[in-house]
Amino acid sequence: MNAMTDLRLMTYSEAIREAMAIALEADPTVILMGEDIGVYGGAFQVTLDLIDRFGPDRVMDTPISELGGAGVAVGAALTGLKPIFEFQFSDFAMLAMEQIVNQAAKLRYMLGGEASVPVVFRLPSGSGTGAAAQHSQSIEAWFGHVPGLKVLQPSTPEDAKGMLLAALADPDPVMIFEHKLLYKMKGEVPAGHYLTPIGKAAIRREGTDVTIVAGSIMVHRALEAAEKLAAEGISAEVIDLRSIRPIDHATILASVKKTGRLMVVYEGVKAFGVGAEISAMVSESEAFDFLDAPILRLGAADAPVPYNPDLERAAVPQVDTIEAAARRLARREV
Amino acid sequence: MNIPFAIRTYAPEILREALKRMYLIRRFEEGAEDSYMRGLIHGTMHLSIGQEASAMATCIELGDNDKITSTHRGHGHCIAKGADVGRMFAEFFGKETGYCHGRGGSMHIADVKTGNLGANGIVGGGLPIAVGAALSAKRLGRPDVTVCFFGDGANNEGAFHESLNMAAVWKLPVIFVCENNGYGMSTSTARSTAVKRIADRAAGYSMPGVTVDGNDFSAVAEAVHHAIARARAGEGPSLVENLTYRWRGHSKSDRNRYRTKEEIAEWMERDPIARFRAELIAHGVLDEAGANAIETQAQAYVEAGIEFAKASPAPGIGDVTRYVYAEAQG
Ligand SMILES: Cc1ncc(C[n+]2csc(CCOP(=O)(O)OP(=O)(O)O)c2C)c(N)n1
Ligand SMILES: [Mg+2]
Repeated sequence: MNAMTDLRLMTYSEAIREAMAIALEADPTVILMGEDIGVYGGAFQVTLDLIDRFGPDRVMDTPISELGGAGVAVGAALTGLKPIFEFQFSDFAMLAMEQIVNQAAKLRYMLGGEASVPVVFRLPSGSGTGAAAQHSQSIEAWFGHVPGLKVLQPSTPEDAKGMLLAALADPDPVMIFEHKLLYKMKGEVPAGHYLTPIGKAAIRREGTDVTIVAGSIMVHRALEAAEKLAAEGISAEVIDLRSIRPIDHATILASVKKTGRLMVVYEGVKAFGVGAEISAMVSESEAFDFLDAPILRLGAADAPVPYNPDLERAAVPQVDTIEAAARRLARREV
Repeated sequence: MNIPFAIRTYAPEILREALKRMYLIRRFEEGAEDSYMRGLIHGTMHLSIGQEASAMATCIELGDNDKITSTHRGHGHCIAKGADVGRMFAEFFGKETGYCHGRGGSMHIADVKTGNLGANGIVGGGLPIAVGAALSAKRLGRPDVTVCFFGDGANNEGAFHESLNMAAVWKLPVIFVCENNGYGMSTSTARSTAVKRIADRAAGYSMPGVTVDGNDFSAVAEAVHHAIARARAGEGPSLVENLTYRWRGHSKSDRNRYRTKEEIAEWMERDPIARFRAELIAHGVLDEAGANAIETQAQAYVEAGIEFAKASPAPGIGDVTRYVYAEAQG
């Protein structure tokens, strides 16, 4: 089979939609649930037209009841269905923390392995849309703190599709944080059914001087920064984290041993975030002795996401800030 | 003579089994309390002594495919749904042979095989889950219904309102059974709840709501019977409110400072087991000797269950992270 002929150029949101269509087609126990995901197509149009193909029993509009809706998905998953539950914005998952954290994540454990909760939560997240503090957050790290959950962040259309299919094949609850600014991004996507392995990071660019670990949209910003740095002779390796829980220690450690310099870039608030976890993990490992400079974290400002576009841009890592930080790190100016 | 609903409706052996399970619940709770005093059980517990008719009469028509979601006060529901008291004690003793392999304890007691999706440490936590289980039944074309137990305290959680609304909008086969024992910890329903009857809240979600004497086996069985029939016929959810009372404190930390001894004594006069037993004898379902035999049998099960639990192995310390995720296949 010629892989090239199987690759189509499609957007991130089309890739997610294709994954859902494949799953709905192949498995009668798969259902979609969420607010306005039917004829409206979802707030970001990700489920557009699926209701026409699969009907309102499989593409279910829920009332504006995040706690109850997520809980219904959990109960359905516990008893034979495989729901894909869309939060309209990841921020609204906070209304459903009870069901996600106390119930979905813990049921298998509390019941001693006698129950399984194969639910998938889809969460449009991130800033850059001018939607301000309650519609722009990046809270994926919160869920990294919860045993029982799996937490994914696709950065490409190919991964967005493969991760959703992998999440559906997984017997445990999976949260997929999709980035709103990536929905329109195009990329090559394989046809048919395939799985992106959960818990495996991807090296998006090889380099020798500094390791940049990033997730979601930050991968693209890091790649752009790396390209600029290359012109100055600084070789950055860019690792797409892909999965926050489980986290791919091996790929990160191997890269740090090679470059001796590590920077973690993420859109969540810098304090207590993904960067802290990765930094600590490296410090506790055998890779510590390979470090030639302190580990740098680049995260969001210690503030809610602001409305003003200039402030909003300034609040989270951008290509220029990543580039500058990586340069300082490479030159040992930190 | 007026023949009570349960006597008219269920075969004598079913009724005798129900009485046995009610005794089993009572003796189980006493056994758990005693084991706690002896240090065999740690943590905390919420006993359902005094609420046995509510649990058993609600479950009398349910099969293993029908589901229940339960509460922190869930031992009675678990037994009424068909669980084995030995494995329950084993769970409370933290043993590997327990229903949850020692990971759940009293507050998460479950028996998925008999349809008990689990007690819950979160007030109101089981409500949306029950609606989800009913959604599964409807989508997968299964005839089973889901009974959702919850307390009067839970009716003020947002999850209650969201769940009733969705169940009604989607006409799901779920029966919401509120065990109104008058208090959420120390707070009486009068102080916590704007409506006099919690069943009145059903009207807000266009479903039938009825309040019954939760210590009257027949009254509960009849109300739930109609709700189940409605659910199985595809007509949607119902709310049944069982007025009852817990004889013991809320949990092990309760010093009973919010209610009077007289109130407790008054409710103990309305013992649901004694009432059901007398009813069965009055209608010739069994005689005094038969009832005594059932009671003795329940006691023997509980004693054997405690022995089983004591003799069971504890989980290995190295297995602390087992069951967090599904184990890798092959
Ligand atoms: C969300 C939540 N809030 C508070 C508690 C603490 N708590 C446990 S049981 C309980 C009272 C519940 O009352 P009710 O629902 O009437 O049940 P009952 O104990 O009377 O059976 C409270 C406040 C809890 N477990 N979960
Ligand atoms: Mg109560």
